[in-house]
Amino acid sequence: MPIEYNDIDKLKKISKKIRYNVVKMIGLAESGHPGGSLSATDIIVALYYKLMNHDPKNPNKEDRDRFVLSKGHSCPALYAVLAELGYFDKDELWKLRKTGALLQGHPSIKISGIEANTGSLGHGFSVAVGMALGCRLDKLDNNIYVLLGDGECQEGQVWEAAMAAYHYKLDNLIGFVDRNRLQIDGCTEDVMCLGDLKEKFKAFGWDVFEIDGHDFEQIIGTVEKAKSMKNGKPKMIIANTVKGKGVSFMENNVGFHGKAPNKEELEKALKELS
Amino acid sequence: MRYELGEKKAMRNAYGETLVELGKKYPNLVVLDADLSGSTKTKMFAKEYPDRFFNTGIAEQNMVGMAAGLARTGKIVFASTFAMFASGRAWEQIRNSVAYADLNVKIVATHSGITVGEDGATHQMTEDIAIMRAIPNMKIIAPSDYYETKHVIRWCAEYYGPVYVRMPRGNTETIFKDEEDAKFEFGKARILKEGKDLTIIATGELVPEAIKASVILKENGIDAEVISMPTIKPIDEEAVKNSNDFIVSLEDHNIIGGLGGALSEVIATYGLNKKLLKIGIDDEFGISGKAEELLKYYKLDGESVAKRIMEEYNGKTE
Repeated sequence: MPIEYNDIDKLKKISKKIRYNVVKMIGLAESGHPGGSLSATDIIVALYYKLMNHDPKNPNKEDRDRFVLSKGHSCPALYAVLAELGYFDKDELWKLRKTGALLQGHPSIKISGIEANTGSLGHGFSVAVGMALGCRLDKLDNNIYVLLGDGECQEGQVWEAAMAAYHYKLDNLIGFVDRNRLQIDGCTEDVMCLGDLKEKFKAFGWDVFEIDGHDFEQIIGTVEKAKSMKNGKPKMIIANTVKGKGVSFMENNVGFHGKAPNKEELEKALKELS
Repeated sequence: MRYELGEKKAMRNAYGETLVELGKKYPNLVVLDADLSGSTKTKMFAKEYPDRFFNTGIAEQNMVGMAAGLARTGKIVFASTFAMFASGRAWEQIRNSVAYADLNVKIVATHSGITVGEDGATHQMTEDIAIMRAIPNMKIIAPSDYYETKHVIRWCAEYYGPVYVRMPRGNTETIFKDEEDAKFEFGKARILKEGKDLTIIATGELVPEAIKASVILKENGIDAEVISMPTIKPIDEEAVKNSNDFIVSLEDHNIIGGLGGALSEVIATYGLNKKLLKIGIDDEFGISGKAEELLKYYKLDGESVAKRIMEEYNGKTE
C-alpha cells in the first residue's frame, strides 16, 4: 500500500529533511553531487511518499512500482529517502562513498530499494524501458518511473530509448526530466543546446507535460493524470527545477554540480535547511 | 583421435534452432535483436514466439539496456547482433547495466572475426574477446561447431549470469559427429587429438583448421595434440598446465587479449616452462574478401598454420 501523506505541508517538511540529509551526506563524504540531488529531491519525495506502490519491508515484491534514477549522480536524494523509509539503516547515509560502505557513489542494486545500476548517463532510461516491457509481459498493473537529467538528454542512448518506449506502446512508463538547465561545464544551452525538450519528446511520440518540479501539487496531479491515461503512449514530465534548490548559495550555481561543500559551507547550508 | 571433419553447418543456425527449443522450456525466456534477426537467426524464435521477441531496431546500446531491464523482471534474456556492434557499440552498456549488476543476460554475437569476409574491416570484429574478457562477472564462450553450439546455448539458459557467446558468419566443418558427441562442459577444454610433440589450442571456427594442420604436421613427423577451447573465460588452466611444452594458440581474433592472451597469462602466472606461438590476426585491421581466401591471406588456414608451426617448432628444436 502506498504510504498516505496527503498533506502537502508534510511533503514539504519531508523534503526539507531529505535536503538536510543530502547536504550532510555529501559534506561528510567530501565529494558528490549536491546540485542535481537538490533539484530532484521533491520529485523523489513525491514518488516515494505519495505516488508509488512500494514496501520497504518487501523491497522485491513483484507488483511494486519501480523507480530508476537514470541521473545516477543524484543518488544522495534517493538514498536519503530510502533510508528514511526504512530500506536500510539510516547510519549508512553518513558513510556515503566511504571505502567498504554500503552506499556507493552511484546507485547499485546491492543496495535495498535500488532498481538499476546507473551513473553512466543514458543507461537507466533503457533499463526502465526494458522493465516496463517485462512488467507488461507479466501482466502487472504497475508503473515504471524514470528520472533523467536534462544534460543527460545529450546522450544518444536517451533517444534510442525514447523511440523504443513509443514503439512498444509503454503507457506504464512515466519519465521525468529534471530540467535544471545546468551541467558540469555550464548552462545546458551553451554546452550543447537541448532546445525545446517538450517538443522533442512529443516528436518521439510521447505524451508530454511541463511542470514546476518543486510544486508538489503539480508533481502529484500530473503523475496521477499520466497514470490514468492508458492510451498506449509513454509519458514524459518536463520538470522545471532549480539546481541546488533549498540552499541559497548553491541555487543555480554550476559550481555545486559535482563539488561537496567545505566545512564552512556545510554549516551554512545545514543552518538554512534546519 | 579426430581427423574426420563433417559437413559444413552454420553455428548461428544451431543458435536459432536451440532458441526455439528453449522458448518452450522456459516461458520467461525473451530474445532481443537489433535489426539483424535474419542474420543472427533469432528470427526463428521470433516466428515461434512473437510475443517474447523484441526487435529493438538499429540501436544496440538501448537493446542491451533493455535486456538489463527485462532481466530485472526475472526474464532470461538473449540479445543478439553482429559481434562488432554487440561487444563494441554496446560495450559500456554491457559493462555497467548488465555485468556490474550481474544480470541474467546472454549476449550472443554472430559474425565474429575476419571470416565475416566481404564486408571488410568495419564489420570484422577481432577484438571482442579482449574487451569482453576484461569485464568482471562476464563469461566468454566460442563454440567450435554446429553441434557444440546447441549445448552452449542450452547451458547459457540454465546458468544465471552474464555470458558473451561469439560465433562466425559462415558454415564451418563440424568437429563432432552429432549432438551427443559434442558434449560441452563449461570452463573445460576438450582434447580432440592426442600428440606428444606440441599442443595446438584453438577456439571457435578455427578448430577445424587446427585439425587440418595436425594432419599435415603428422605427415612431416610432428605429433601435435589438438585441444578445443570453447570457454575462453574462465580459461581451463589445467589444460594449459598439462599440455606439451610448445603451445600454439589459434583464433580468429587479434593475438592481443584473446585466446593467445589468456594462455600467455596462465603460462606466465604459473611460471610454466612453455613456449607459446600465437597465431591469429596480428594486431591489424582486416580487408574485404571471401572468408576462405581471407583465412589463407591471414595464414589462418590449416596449411598455413602447419607451415608456420613447422618453421617455429623446428627453429626451436634445432
